[in-house]
Amino acid sequence: MIRFDAVYKRYPTGREALADVSFHVERGEFAFLTGPSGAGKSSILKLIALIERPSRGQVFIGNQNTSGIKTRAIPQFRREVGVVFQDHKLLHDRPVADNVALPLIIAGVPRRETDKRMRAALDQVGLLGKEKSGPLELSTGEQQRVGIARAIVAKPPLLIADEPTGNLDPALALEIMRLFKRLNDVGVTVVIATHDVHLIEHFKSRRIVLGEGRVAAETAP
Amino acid sequence: MALNVQAYLMRHAQTLIGSLGRLARQPFASFLTIAVIAIALALPLSLELILQNALNATNAWRDAFEISVYLDKTASTARREAIAKQLQQRSDVAAVRVVTAAQALAEFRESSGFGEALDALNENPLPDTLVVTPSLAASTPEGTNALKTAIAAIANVNSVQLDTEWVKRLVALLDLLRSFVRLTAGLLGVGVLLIVGNTIRLDILNRRAEIEVMKLVGATDGFARRPFLWTGIWYGLGGGLLALVLVRLGVAALEGPVERLANLYGSGFRLEGLGWRTMGATVLAAALLGWLGSWIAATRHIRAIHPT
Repeated sequence: MIRFDAVYKRYPTGREALADVSFHVERGEFAFLTGPSGAGKSSILKLIALIERPSRGQVFIGNQNTSGIKTRAIPQFRREVGVVFQDHKLLHDRPVADNVALPLIIAGVPRRETDKRMRAALDQVGLLGKEKSGPLELSTGEQQRVGIARAIVAKPPLLIADEPTGNLDPALALEIMRLFKRLNDVGVTVVIATHDVHLIEHFKSRRIVLGEGRVAAETAP
Repeated sequence: MALNVQAYLMRHAQTLIGSLGRLARQPFASFLTIAVIAIALALPLSLELILQNALNATNAWRDAFEISVYLDKTASTARREAIAKQLQQRSDVAAVRVVTAAQALAEFRESSGFGEALDALNENPLPDTLVVTPSLAASTPEGTNALKTAIAAIANVNSVQLDTEWVKRLVALLDLLRSFVRLTAGLLGVGVLLIVGNTIRLDILNRRAEIEVMKLVGATDGFARRPFLWTGIWYGLGGGLLALVLVRLGVAALEGPVERLANLYGSGFRLEGLGWRTMGATVLAAALLGWLGSWIAATRHIRAIHPT
């Protein structure tokens, strides 16, 4: 599903975030990207979502070489990848329903179908009934779950999350992680970047440990 | 497919209403933008109105070619009447008015204020004059010129004067005014583009985070641009309608004075407002300018937003 082939990433500031990173995540896998801050976790997720392009090397997503994806084809590509952000990135002036439905509205899904799938996604994250609430009326954990609902509403085969539990207390964080695991159980490939090593000990899954822009260690599930 | 088109139209309708709601939430800022657009549009509209009314006011004169026919001083009264009669019978002549030398002198005495100086003259220096009005069909530069040539050939006719220079000057002046109106309209049209473009640019900067999120979940630039295009159209429509109101208020304020002035000149001239056609074209052009201004700004600035 995801293959990094000798990937380097150097930002215009001169900082080298990734140096010769290679790894492979199979379809249907549940994988953690770990390592200290600045190790390159976020850079890897940005390369997967085509927010950034590699300086050198190649990134394959679902057998497609991303270097072949032109700028104008990026929106279509992103619809196939669900992304969960640490800071949720919700639209605060729209109700939860609109936030969750946004990917479907963008994709031009008919309204009736949109409503149905929006509710189904909210149901999956346990927020059914909160459609009309504003994001700011919700707790941080609930906001994060709205973000997850938005990421899965279009049923992407791949879900990536950048520090999704960064702002949550341990109990809430574990709950969110279990939610990701449930999504993985129904076939979604999930890659989660987190520095919380205690949290991921609850899960027997693949770990890719990064250090200073390189893959420092890899563990099989 | 039909369902998709319906969904597309539905989304458009939602964006349309959504953008209107957004404007309504900032009534003061929106009104300011619309007012600036309205003033920019009202100026060329007022000039156009002035031009139209000037054309109306001068239309009656422009066709009023008159030919002054001066007879020899030696021509007898009978000869004068004969020439008048001869001219009257021509098909290209509508009317002939005889101004005798005595009448002309009396008229001149009255209007010039040289009464006493004229008394010092031994004899009336003015000739008998025939004022010929060409028929409607002959009221063209060519027709009147032909008539003039024909009259000049008649015996005892001393000279024929066809004064059309002032008409040509008037037409040239009105043409100049028309060019000026167009130039002003063009410049202020560009002004409206810039006003809308700048407002939309600020709007986009304010909603940068929202656009980033949209792009992150797969929105094309076109999708992100859509609400701003509607906003631009609303600005244009609002500005166009307000401009019409401003011009209408201006006409209402000037109607009375213009009517009084026209009455003093014994004219039935009345100030004419904007026609339906002009009003419709104005609102349409304003909406188009709003759309174009926002399209240029939105395309440019949304493309520059990259999610991080």
